[in-house]
Amino acid sequence: MTTTLNRCNDFVIKFANVNGSGSASANELFARSILRMGVPVSPRNIFPSNIQGMPTWYEVRVSEAGYLGRRGGCDMMVAMNPQTWTEDLKEIVSGGYLFYDSTRVIHADQLRDDIHIIGVPLTQLCNETWSDPRQRQLFKNIMYVGVLSALLDIDTAEIEQLLAEQYKGKEKLLPPNKQALHLGRDYALQQMDCSKIGLKVKRADKVGDRIFIEGNSAAALGCIYGGATVCAWYPITPSTSVVDAFQKYCNKFRTDPDTGKKHYAIIQAEDEIASIGMVIGAGWNGARAFTATSGPGISLMTEFIGLAYFAEIPATIINVQRGGPSTGMPTRTQQADLYSCAYASNGDTKHVLLFPEDPKECFDFAAAALDLADQLQTPVFLMTDLDIGMNTRLCAPLHWDDTRQMQRGKIMTAAELEAGKNFGRYLDVDGDGVPYRTYPGTHPSKGAFFTRGTTKDRYARYSENGEVYVDNMERLLRKFDTAKKLVPQPIETLCCESAGASGTSIGVIYFGSTSPAMQEAFDQLQAQQVFVDLLRLRAFPFPDSVFDFVARHSKVFVVEQNRDGQLRNMLVNEGNLNPAKLLPVLHYDGTPITARFIVDSIRKQLQLAPALPSHELPITQVVAGKGVKS
Amino acid sequence: MTYIAKPKLHHPSLPKNERGYTRRDYEGAVSTLCAGCGHDSISAAIVQACFNANIEPHRVAKLSGIGCSSKAPTYFLGGSHGFNTVHGRMPSVLTGANLANRELMYLGISGDGDSASIGIGQFVHSIRRGVNMVYIVMNNGVYGLTKGQFSATADKGSQSKKGITNADSPVDLVMLALQLGATFVARSFSGDKEQLVPIIEAAFQHKGSAFIDVVSPCVAFNNHTGSTKSYDFVREHNDAVNRIDIVPHAEAETVQYEAGALQDVLQSDGSVLRLRKRHLDYDVHDPIKVMTYLHKHQALGELVTGLLYVHPAPEDLHAHLNTCDKPLNQLGERELVPGQGALAKINASLR
Repeated sequence: MTTTLNRCNDFVIKFANVNGSGSASANELFARSILRMGVPVSPRNIFPSNIQGMPTWYEVRVSEAGYLGRRGGCDMMVAMNPQTWTEDLKEIVSGGYLFYDSTRVIHADQLRDDIHIIGVPLTQLCNETWSDPRQRQLFKNIMYVGVLSALLDIDTAEIEQLLAEQYKGKEKLLPPNKQALHLGRDYALQQMDCSKIGLKVKRADKVGDRIFIEGNSAAALGCIYGGATVCAWYPITPSTSVVDAFQKYCNKFRTDPDTGKKHYAIIQAEDEIASIGMVIGAGWNGARAFTATSGPGISLMTEFIGLAYFAEIPATIINVQRGGPSTGMPTRTQQADLYSCAYASNGDTKHVLLFPEDPKECFDFAAAALDLADQLQTPVFLMTDLDIGMNTRLCAPLHWDDTRQMQRGKIMTAAELEAGKNFGRYLDVDGDGVPYRTYPGTHPSKGAFFTRGTTKDRYARYSENGEVYVDNMERLLRKFDTAKKLVPQPIETLCCESAGASGTSIGVIYFGSTSPAMQEAFDQLQAQQVFVDLLRLRAFPFPDSVFDFVARHSKVFVVEQNRDGQLRNMLVNEGNLNPAKLLPVLHYDGTPITARFIVDSIRKQLQLAPALPSHELPITQVVAGKGVKS
Repeated sequence: MTYIAKPKLHHPSLPKNERGYTRRDYEGAVSTLCAGCGHDSISAAIVQACFNANIEPHRVAKLSGIGCSSKAPTYFLGGSHGFNTVHGRMPSVLTGANLANRELMYLGISGDGDSASIGIGQFVHSIRRGVNMVYIVMNNGVYGLTKGQFSATADKGSQSKKGITNADSPVDLVMLALQLGATFVARSFSGDKEQLVPIIEAAFQHKGSAFIDVVSPCVAFNNHTGSTKSYDFVREHNDAVNRIDIVPHAEAETVQYEAGALQDVLQSDGSVLRLRKRHLDYDVHDPIKVMTYLHKHQALGELVTGLLYVHPAPEDLHAHLNTCDKPLNQLGERELVPGQGALAKINASLR
């Protein structure tokens, strides 16, 4: 007998579509309408590296509790893609719902008897209403939103308002969209008993002043506010929309409305090598510059990153990570570029990495990266990933302090040179490892120097002398030590603060886009009487407090989305830690990590019985290239 | 190699240019290249050209890649900021520097290995973008620092010092630059200072991508019989199409010249290049005819030198991008940061 799910404001609905079918805006409309009803949602695009015709999914988690991580499994599948029918069907939890286009007859052996089937003849209804093939295709998507609004109790006024906003300036398009919406809705209300559907949306007030934005857009805004004037880049998924957004905001905020003159320059370079070269040239010459790329781009940029490190030139690199190695999984997410960024280049290097957890921190850290690059005169990486970068995420509103000034770092001015200040380009005047620099063209006779990737003395003179080389390399380490104080500090969440527990010996270190799943896992673990303390890393170099945290706990789990435990190994190496103390929790199939995965992995390693989750869902694992299976 | 600074003392009565600089002010460290290296002659020509053009040394940014040629910026313009980048990647760094501050003059120094092999992509794209720069390739057809391998500009059939015959066709950077839309294209010979100095001077006055290919014999590895980039070979096969005089704008209208033998080229900065034509039918404004001429003479085994092509009204990358007149590296918060008010509106639109 089929059980029935009964969940209000707490479910997962997934749309299986075909790439290029125009479903994206309908799916987003659905997600936003729930958000407008005050219920948090977290949508995720699961899409192929392809333009048209391949399977694509849009997964919406509705969670009044505010959990924004991927849950796993789905309670309702809107199965609009015959190609993936079999896999999509398997993913529905027992007692869940299959929504399909019943224009085409589905045989009983193509269905499951432990789920509820909702068939709506979408194609037939569309064909009866519209004659234009494109309209028939597009309005099918809006129609299923209409059906869902009836089934789930979504307020139509919110959807209509969203449509009005979407088609502002293109009012002609509004009536047919509304017509399609109501066609679907009316069909459901007339032909079905909607009250029997166990998934419901009820108006709540759990969104507050939070905003709904993609990490890539937020990072682009961070670059605007951080004062970046030069952007050189080469298109690569999933970072491309960083520059698209930067261009959009520059058009709006950085273009003189009278003359059309631009207070910025964006160059689409011939490749990633040239893009980082331009960033370095601009940084050398005193402009704030950045590039946005992903793992394969970092591979190509590595030679130049070594130059920027050794020649001490500011450069900001936004790395929206994807599945690697090599071309890897271009449209899936990972946190697997830690090694390749932290130690990019031949020889001994260490680079500053920042790990934002959500779009809000993408904004904050992008601006901070530009400051840090100038302050430290070195490359700084903003390490986001596809999950944060390309999905619209609920986060705190962006904020800017209008009294804030750009930190331009140690610049020797013409007046200081004129006054006879001792200028040595690589002289550690302040003992923090950060030397002074001059911009080209500063003074007619003083302060000019030669920048090079070869070894040099404190006055920038070429020297192969071993002692001089060591002196320089040691100073670079001092500079890296200085970075520890300047980078965003880790954030601790102690179990005793929230659970009244008397302290725990188990710690968990995590970073970046793992954050929402980890917060949920933390609550689930507590509910299961497993108490852990959390430390969210926000940067490399690791501040001393990270190692204090490790010292205070007998076991520390390190949660990350890569195969080799890159963060764990960096912690072991940088902190000279006993590897046995750090236990890896590794998720790297290209999908965002789930709370379930974290909880199970921790319980397993603590040799506890597998958890019974609060709602009984099968553990799902996506096998790359084979779609989703239970 | 060590860094050898030249002594700063010099004779007090050395002649000064209009800006008050002596020729010594344009020099750099003592060269560590081989005695007789063509690159040193080019460095000397750059020094002379900058002196003649009254350039303030600190307003020049000199950038290079890797190789013998790319060491050369150490040996001139000691008062300028220099940047030895990585192999073949100077053009992108120069482009970025130029974007940051459009007011400086950018001098890119490269070699045939640096620009025609590893860096050919960056060479191509910097020219294609019209970066305002003087891009000089010190072209010796050989890898000097790694002891004598052919470079991509070595002529087919020419021989290495070890007697190996080059079977590959050469990359002709001049033809490439013309095709890519460089607005100033010249070729010269390191041993012909009379021709080279005014070409460099004119290139500095040009407000667009100026490319100069300078054949510069390598005395250690490519100055032997069988080489087409030796001093003797170039002297014997040099076909100079013109010689330049730089005429300040004020005098231009008053100078009389014999029709046909001279061609005046008005530069966008107001100066005039007076070309003393050696081939009366040669027109520096017609890129198609120029390419035909170059092909014809190349087939005859001649090396065509001189100012080969110049666009009278060049545009540069900043014009294409419509960037503001103030250098981007001098813009402050007021011009760059939209402020919390704008952010609040953005926040409101994202709910």
